[in-house]
Amino acid sequence: MKQLRGFIRKEFHHIFRDSRTMLILFGIPIIQLLLFGYVITTEIKDARIAILDKSHDEVTREITHKLLSSGYFRLDAMLDNEGQIDNIFRQGNIKEVVVFEQNFGKKLERDGKADVQVITDASDPNTAQLLSNYTNAIVQDYLQKKFVNYKIPLEIKPQVRMLFNESLMGAFTYVPGTMALILILISAMMTSITIVREKEMGTMEILLVSPLKSHHIIIGKVAPYLILSILNALIIIGMGYLIFGVPVRGSFILLMFVVIVYILLALSLGILISTISDSQVKAMFVSVMILMLPTILLSGFIYPIDNMPVALQVFSNIMPARWFIEAVKAVMLKGVGTGYIWKQILIMTGMTILFLGISVKKFKLRLE
Amino acid sequence: MISAENIEKSYGEVKALRGVSLEVKEGELFGLIGPDGAGKTSLIRILVTLLKPDKGSATVNQLDVVDDFRKLRKQIGYMPGRFSLYPDLSVEENMTFFATVFGTTIEENYHLVKDIYQQIEPFKERLAGRLSGGMKQKLALSCALIHAPKVLVLDEPTTGVDAVSRKEFWEMLKRLQKMGITILVSTPYMDEANLCDRVALIQDGNILTINTPERVTQNHESILWAVRSDNMYLCIRDLRKHPGVKTVFGFGEFLHITLRDNTISPTALEKYLKERCHTNIAINPIEPGIEDVFMDLMQKHDN
Repeated sequence: MKQLRGFIRKEFHHIFRDSRTMLILFGIPIIQLLLFGYVITTEIKDARIAILDKSHDEVTREITHKLLSSGYFRLDAMLDNEGQIDNIFRQGNIKEVVVFEQNFGKKLERDGKADVQVITDASDPNTAQLLSNYTNAIVQDYLQKKFVNYKIPLEIKPQVRMLFNESLMGAFTYVPGTMALILILISAMMTSITIVREKEMGTMEILLVSPLKSHHIIIGKVAPYLILSILNALIIIGMGYLIFGVPVRGSFILLMFVVIVYILLALSLGILISTISDSQVKAMFVSVMILMLPTILLSGFIYPIDNMPVALQVFSNIMPARWFIEAVKAVMLKGVGTGYIWKQILIMTGMTILFLGISVKKFKLRLE
Repeated sequence: MISAENIEKSYGEVKALRGVSLEVKEGELFGLIGPDGAGKTSLIRILVTLLKPDKGSATVNQLDVVDDFRKLRKQIGYMPGRFSLYPDLSVEENMTFFATVFGTTIEENYHLVKDIYQQIEPFKERLAGRLSGGMKQKLALSCALIHAPKVLVLDEPTTGVDAVSRKEFWEMLKRLQKMGITILVSTPYMDEANLCDRVALIQDGNILTINTPERVTQNHESILWAVRSDNMYLCIRDLRKHPGVKTVFGFGEFLHITLRDNTISPTALEKYLKERCHTNIAINPIEPGIEDVFMDLMQKHDN
């Protein structure tokens, strides 16, 4: 026990004295969360649009005003004729053009029907889709309120509610995703590197010749990163709440339990990587290749798993982050209890045991 | 105290040890001497339980290096060939760490390391990575001794260390020996052989001879002369052409030559060289050193 404490103290010295390690541990998580939260966003805000109003009546002016005051759109130009549309899209500044036909208001009153054309720049199809939906919704909304007493044909109007994330905030998915990515990076990459560093520097030779047991060495190496990773998770959850308003609707203790299970899983993966790498560069390469990219791409962090080809859907099952993100979203956003996420917890625990088992088998008590 | 029997070890195709046997007595300062790549490090790593031999067996303090490796690891002090401490920890932190790892404290065994540690204690706050080469070695030795091992195994502790520190280091080893610690030390420097009680000369995975340094040189049968002239390069060529000369090696400012038989005299050889236009010729019969013996044994072995 005393040996282990001494080992852990030494490990903290290594961490706190290496500015690069400190940067990776505490700088990168914060930067990454801010980047994902602010930059990679699927929300529409201040999209620049142009309007071609051939009617210039009260109704078109009111609709234009509604669009621009919604917060989603910002007026870039008022156009005079259709010939300008092509050109303005080519310049690339605007995302959408709204065209009101001639005598829009009169037609609407007379026929109960008028045409508004919505043209979007679909070189970015997701944004184009969103913009046209938003525009449509605003126009519909306006008409409903304006002609509330009007005899419009009977119609079924769907009332859409976005559950658990009413305003479709991107941060709601990026906070769990970033947490998944950062925890696996810190826990797996840093532990594998620090274990391999001892091999590379030759200090492993002395540690092996000492009476330290292999589990002492492993626990001693891993324990500091467990503590620091928990701290990191708290920072991310805290920042998510304070900056992006991502709530923790479920039990905080359950959330931390899921986080710790996931950290242990990542640590066991790090140990496994360290047993198969003999240089720090190799450990880093393996960590980035098998952990970082698949975690971003295949865990459902950015791209929905349901939209993937079947082969990749099957493959995503072995991504630890996939189960973590599912469980964390369930606890944070849906506020569910253990009963709903036992499957994810069980899978992560199983993976941990598997990785640890292989590592123990592969850990060398000698130099070869 | 240490005994190895017929140890063989290969790394893939490369044979590092080809049946090595040796015996180190309790309280002895034993030198393992040989050039780079001779198999010194492999043998040492087997003896400190870091490698398994392919064939043969070894025991240290009656404990088998393969079967009893856990028990053995508590009793061995090992100092690897390259500096293997934590450069980002201070001198004192390194010492404390290794003491804790071995379940002891600096205070408990301070008497053992006192001589050595006192020399680096003024710098105990300094990071180990910023120490000079000699001080690094002293720290490494202190760390290897902190758990009061019965056997101390050092792999080339003086390689790359300046002459003064080397001398100091050997004095420290002598003092440790007096405290009753059995020491096995490897070195590529032949001149350090004379500081050991007994030496084993190792070359190409084979032990050439094991004996006290004096005996090793006494048993040398060949007659040895030191020769020099103004043109050393031509001198080597001409000596090699002489039918009575067996070997010629450069040793600093002299050439050491061995003769096939005792029929030629120094004067005859001088005459031979003079005929080939050499000037300033000096020929002195000398006592062989370890290095001469080593060269000779290597030659015999290769044949």
